[in-house]
Amino acid sequence: MQIDLRTVSIKPQRQTYGHIARRFGDKPASRYQEGTFDLQPTANFHYRPTWDPEREIFDTSRTRLQMKDWYAFKDPRQYYYGAWTLARARQQDTAESNFDFVETRNLGALLADDVRQQALDLLLPLRHAAWGANLNNSAICAYGYGTAITQPCMFHAMDNLAIAQYLTRIGLLLGDTGSLAAAKERWLYAADWQGLRRYVEDSFVVQDWFELFVAQNLVLDGLVYPLFYKTVVEDELSLRGGTAVAMLTQFMTEWYAETTRWVDAQIKTACAESPHNAVMVRDWITAWQSRALEALKPLAQRALGERAGSTLDDLATQFAARVAKCGVPV
Amino acid sequence: MDMQVPKKKLGLKERYTLMTRDLAWDTTYQPKEKVYPYADYEGIRIHDWDKWEDPFRLTMDAYWKYQAEKERKLYAIIDAYSQSNGHLGVTDARYLNAIKIFLTAVTPLEHMAHRGFAHAGRAFPGAGARVACQMQAIDEMRHAQTQIHSLSNYNKYYNGFHDFTHMYDRVWYLSVPKSFFDDAITAGPFEFMVAVGFSFEYVLTNLLFVPFVSGAAYNGDMGTMTFGFSAQSDEARHMTLGLECIKFILEQDPANLPIVQRWIDKWCWRGVRLLSIVAMMMDYMLPKRVMSWKEAWEIYFEENGGALFKDLARYGIKMPACAEQIRLEKDHLSHQVWATFYNYGGATDFHTWMPTEDEMQWLSQKYPDTFDTYYRPRFEFWREQQEKGNRFYNQTLPMLCQTCQIPMLFTEPGDPTKICYRERTYKGNKYHFCSDHCQHIFDNEPEKYVQAWLPVNQIYQGNCFPEGTDPSAPGFDPLAAVLEYYRLNIGRDNGEFEGSEDHRNFEAWRGMAKRND
Repeated sequence: MQIDLRTVSIKPQRQTYGHIARRFGDKPASRYQEGTFDLQPTANFHYRPTWDPEREIFDTSRTRLQMKDWYAFKDPRQYYYGAWTLARARQQDTAESNFDFVETRNLGALLADDVRQQALDLLLPLRHAAWGANLNNSAICAYGYGTAITQPCMFHAMDNLAIAQYLTRIGLLLGDTGSLAAAKERWLYAADWQGLRRYVEDSFVVQDWFELFVAQNLVLDGLVYPLFYKTVVEDELSLRGGTAVAMLTQFMTEWYAETTRWVDAQIKTACAESPHNAVMVRDWITAWQSRALEALKPLAQRALGERAGSTLDDLATQFAARVAKCGVPV
Repeated sequence: MDMQVPKKKLGLKERYTLMTRDLAWDTTYQPKEKVYPYADYEGIRIHDWDKWEDPFRLTMDAYWKYQAEKERKLYAIIDAYSQSNGHLGVTDARYLNAIKIFLTAVTPLEHMAHRGFAHAGRAFPGAGARVACQMQAIDEMRHAQTQIHSLSNYNKYYNGFHDFTHMYDRVWYLSVPKSFFDDAITAGPFEFMVAVGFSFEYVLTNLLFVPFVSGAAYNGDMGTMTFGFSAQSDEARHMTLGLECIKFILEQDPANLPIVQRWIDKWCWRGVRLLSIVAMMMDYMLPKRVMSWKEAWEIYFEENGGALFKDLARYGIKMPACAEQIRLEKDHLSHQVWATFYNYGGATDFHTWMPTEDEMQWLSQKYPDTFDTYYRPRFEFWREQQEKGNRFYNQTLPMLCQTCQIPMLFTEPGDPTKICYRERTYKGNKYHFCSDHCQHIFDNEPEKYVQAWLPVNQIYQGNCFPEGTDPSAPGFDPLAAVLEYYRLNIGRDNGEFEGSEDHRNFEAWRGMAKRND
C-alpha cells in the first residue's frame, strides 16, 4: 500500500545549477553531475605557474590529445567523493573479514612453503609498482584538464596507495618485516624485476598526462593485474592449495574489474573524438605495451615456468581485444 | 611441522612507515632531478626527508572507514533538511546572501586546494609528505562537493547561487579569492604549503570556518552547519600537516628561515585581505550575530595566533609585520567593506542593505570607538536616501589594488578619514596598491603581479562583454553587457535586498509553511 506522506510543496525556481542545466537540461541533477561538471576554472587566470611558465594553471596543451569538450570523459561509476568512499568502505569491510578469516584460522601457516614463498616473491615487490601508480595518478590529477577526468584519477591514486598497503599487510601476515625488506631488495636489484622497475621509473618522467594515463592505467595495469592476480594467484597458486592468498587479494581483483570499466570508457571517449586522437592513443599503446610485455617476461617465467610464453601470448591477445573494443585502430 | 613463533607486534609508527614511505625508493633509471623537477627551484634546502614526522597516521583502510561513516551521516541530514524545506527555517532571507558568498567565493577554492595538493602530492621528493598531501587533496574535493550538494537546494529556490563556477572566473569581487589561490598554486610546492597548509589552514582557517559555520548554526541553517561540522575533523588533520610542514622546513636548514619568513609575511597579509569579506559577513549579513569581527580577530588571531608565533620563535620566526596594521584596521574593516558592497550592489550576485536601527546599536556597542563617529552617519544618510527612493548605486568602477585586487577602500593606518593609496612604476607602467604590505608583495615578485587579471581594467579594455557584443552599437549599455557576461540576472540576483524576489518569496513561502491561509 502506498502511504501518501505530505510536505509543504513549493515550486522551485530552477532544478539545478546553470552550468549543469546547460549541459543536461533544467531537471533534477545527480550528485555526480553537480559535484563534477565545469568545476575547474577555465578562464581569466591571474598568473602563470612558476613551475611551468609557458602555460596557464590549467592548460589543454599539457597533453597532445585534443578534445572539444573535456567533460566528455564521464565516469561510468559516477564517482564523486561520497560515492567513491562508500564503495571503497564496503570493499574494505570484505577485505577486513578476509584478512581476519585467514589470520584467525592460521591459514597462512597452512600454506605449503613453496606456495607461501612464491606469493611473497611475486606479490610483495608489486607494492612498489602500486606506489608508482599512486604517484602517476596524482600527477594526472594535478596536470590534467577538466574535473571529469582529474577527479577519478585522484581516487585512483589513493586506491593504488591502498593496494600497496594491502600488499604490505599480506607480507606481514604471510611473512614478516624481513619479507618486505627482501622484496624491496628484489625490486631494486634482482635482474628479473628490473624491466618492470625501469618501466615505472620511465613513466615518472612522461610529460604528457594522457600518455601517462595510457602507460599506467591502461597498459601496465592491464597486463600486470591479469598476470599476477588472475593467472598467478587465482589459477596457479590456488591449484597448489593457495586459496588463502586469493582471499587476501580479492580487493585487487574486484578493484581491477571495476576500474577497467572506467579506464576503457576514457580510452573510448578519447578515440571516438577524432582520428588524430585515435592514432595518438594507438601509438602510445604500441610503444608502452611492447615494453611492458618485455618487462613481464622474466617474472612470468619465474611464476609459470614453461607456460610463461603461452600465458603472455594469451594475455597480449586478450589485451588487444580489449583495446579494440575501446575503438583503438589497429 | 614447526611451532609457529608468535610474530613481534609492530609499533604504530613502524607499521605506518611500512605502509607509506617504505613503499618508495630512490630511482636509478631516471635521475632524481627529472622525477622531482620542482623540488629545488624555490631555494628551500632539504637534507633528509626521513626526518619528516608524519602528522597523522591514517592508512587508507581506516581513512575509508571513518570518512564513509561521516559521509553517510552528512548526506542523511542534507536529504532530510531539503525534504522538509529546511531553508524556510533560517532567521530571515538576508542570511541567504552570506551563503551565496560562501558558494561563489569559498567552494571554488576547495577545488583549487584539491588540485594544489595533488601537485604537492606529486612534487615533493619525500614520501611521507606526499602521502599527507594526497590525503588532503581528496579531503578538499570532499569539501567542495559537500558544499555544492548542501547548497544545491538553496539554489532551487533563491537567486544568485546558479552560476558559481562561471562567476568565479569572471565577477569582479571574486577575483580577490581567485587571485589568492592562483597565486598559491602558481608558486612552487614549498610556498604552496606555507601559503595554504600553514598560513591559511593553520593561522586563518578558524576565521573563515567559525564565522560561517557558527553563523549557520545561529541562523537555523542546518545544511551549512552540518557540512561545516563534518569537515572539522578533516581540518584538524590539515592543520597538523601545515604545522609539521613548516617545522620540518625550518629544522632542515637555517638558510630556509628568511625564505619562510617572507612567505609567512606575504600569506598572512594575503589571507587577511581575503578575509575582509568574512568580516563584513559577520558584522552585517548574519541576522543573528555570533560575535563581531573584531572579537573573532582578537580570539583567533591575536590570542591563538600570538601563542603560535611564540612557539615558532625558537626557529627564529617572527610575528608577521602586518599584524600591527591589522590591529589598527580591526575597528574599521567590516564597515568599510560593507559600505563598498552597498555601493556596488548593482554588480554583485547577492543583495545588500542598510542595517536596521537595532543592528546599528549592536555595531555601536561592538565598535564604541569608531562606528558612531565614522560610519553611522554615512549609513543613516544612505538609509534616508533609500527611504526617499534614492537607493544609491555607484556607477563608476573603482581602482583596484594590483596585489589583493580589492577596490581601494581601506584608509590610512591611524587616519580613518583618508583613503590609503600607494603606487609603483615598474617598466614604465604605474601600479596601485591598497597598503604598504600589498606593495611589498609586489616589489618582491613584480613579474608575477604585473600579470594580474584585474576585473576593472579588463572591463575598460572591453574584455568582459558576451561574445559577439558590439560596443559601438547605438544605445550600448556597458554595465548591462558586463552583467550579462557574468550571467548575472539584473533585478533578480543583484541590488537592494528590501523588496527583492528572494525577500518576497521567502516571506510568502514561510507564510505557506506556518499558516493556513
